[in-house]
Amino acid sequence: MTAQPLCLSIGALSATLPNGDRVLRSVSLDVAAGEVHALVGESGAGKSMIGKALLGVLPPGVRQVEGSITLEGTRLETLAPAARRRLIGARTALIPQDPLTALNPSRRIGPQMTDRLTHILGWPAASARARIREMLAEVHIREPDRVIAAYPHELSGGMRQRVLIAAAFAAEPRLIVADEPTTALDVTVQKQILRLIADLQRRHGTAILFVTHDLGVVAKISQSVSVLYAGMVVERAPAPELFATPRHAYTKALMAATPRYTHPASSLQPVNSAVLAELALEVRAADTEWKRAHG
Amino acid sequence: MDSARATRRPSARLWLAGLWLALVFIAAIAAPLLAPQDPLAQDLLYERLPPFWMAGSESGYPLGTDSLGRDLLSRLIYGARIAVIVALVAAFAACLLGSALGLIAGYFGGWADRIISRLVDIWMAFPPVLFAILLVAVLGTGLHSVIIAIAVIDWTRFCRVVRAETMVQARMDYIENARIVGFGRWRIMLSEVLPNVLPPIIALLSLEMGIAVIVEAILSFVNLSISTDDPTWGGIIAEGRLSIHQAWWILVFPLITLFLTVLSFSQFGEGLKSRFDPVLR
Repeated sequence: MTAQPLCLSIGALSATLPNGDRVLRSVSLDVAAGEVHALVGESGAGKSMIGKALLGVLPPGVRQVEGSITLEGTRLETLAPAARRRLIGARTALIPQDPLTALNPSRRIGPQMTDRLTHILGWPAASARARIREMLAEVHIREPDRVIAAYPHELSGGMRQRVLIAAAFAAEPRLIVADEPTTALDVTVQKQILRLIADLQRRHGTAILFVTHDLGVVAKISQSVSVLYAGMVVERAPAPELFATPRHAYTKALMAATPRYTHPASSLQPVNSAVLAELALEVRAADTEWKRAHG
Repeated sequence: MDSARATRRPSARLWLAGLWLALVFIAAIAAPLLAPQDPLAQDLLYERLPPFWMAGSESGYPLGTDSLGRDLLSRLIYGARIAVIVALVAAFAACLLGSALGLIAGYFGGWADRIISRLVDIWMAFPPVLFAILLVAVLGTGLHSVIIAIAVIDWTRFCRVVRAETMVQARMDYIENARIVGFGRWRIMLSEVLPNVLPPIIALLSLEMGIAVIVEAILSFVNLSISTDDPTWGGIIAEGRLSIHQAWWILVFPLITLFLTVLSFSQFGEGLKSRFDPVLR
């Protein structure tokens, strides 16, 4: 590993549904400070669940049953709930998937953006407002005052995502979870938003846990990658290495299924059944081992 | 956007309903100034006078008199007082009780939800009017019993709507964001969820005011509401029923008043709902 200090370290994280099935199967991954780490996988592979476990917003019924989450040297499990909330609120932020539902429709944009600054960090309202205006300029919003006074429904999807990105970076978090931040957007806007996130990430030196199903996006933005299948990390590698020499059959299959401008669409291959059968075996082996260890 | 706005705004409905309700409220507040006669003064010489456009009517009794010679218009105006008090107080009480329980059930889920939802199911199994009559019979007649009875019966209406709407809102990403920012549960419930469930609450509140007026009229009709001396719309209807063949107006005028008031409350609520909803605004 590099000598860089770790921003986030997840060790053997398992989470279960109420019926006892695991949605995360002993996930381990490290994110270095200032690095973009991509979580790739099909829908339902548990990509978002990792982010939610870290942020402490797992859906009702899903429980973290094992493993550790270490944020900048602090093990979250050792903290009392309130202290954990405070640490998460101060050091991390979320860029959500759907900008349409991620803003409260009945509150104006400005106060929603300053929540974190005033509530967690205890900034005075005036400096929080100044900071927000600064951040809106950074995400290339030309009329910050109009946006601050607007209700969410008065802004377009792309604008709302910019607002959410500005809000995420405003408190200078050490780690941002970006949960498919471009999926809900227009194709033409996706590129701009992606570039904007990459730009801000570099300028602020923030580490990002970037959840996506799009390998094209991964190649553009991330330094390291974890490939997930059924809540299991099947391959973890630095991005250039992963794209040059994918080791796991599933990673190769995913790449063959990703459209590129240089290849005709007819060359796309669905993930074939031999790979899926192999994955099913791996999942079963992992579960058997886990059940043996936990009675 | 502008065309959507125009169709979203049922302005004629809202204004007509608002106008009628304003009239009722003014009548309730300024009853002594507006009523042409003493609503309780009996005059057997003037019994069952017809309304002003019919032969045999008397000036000073524009809508005629009842079987004891009391002025119908004055009784309707005084009756608005009881109607307005019941509409406001009982509907607000039902709204507060039901919305609070609905928010808790919808946001916290789990045991709280199970207990509250079962309670609602049990409550809804009682026929409401019989339940009201039973309650008033137990509590004793009087304005406060009527109000308590209506609130105790109708909170379920608010509870169900607010619970469902809260569950929808609680699943939204902005709630997740608020949790990450570190807001507590109660704060999220009151300052994030509540404003978004307010539009349906307001519509329902207005509707409930209409329902409260009807329930009060029903209780008056069966003589279980306020003392018979105070004129109430339901009471007048009950008296009118007895002389329907000799003097139809004693029954018809309070019925029309009641009908317009209840209709206006529901229409006004719908209008307010679209105004309060930031997405429709």
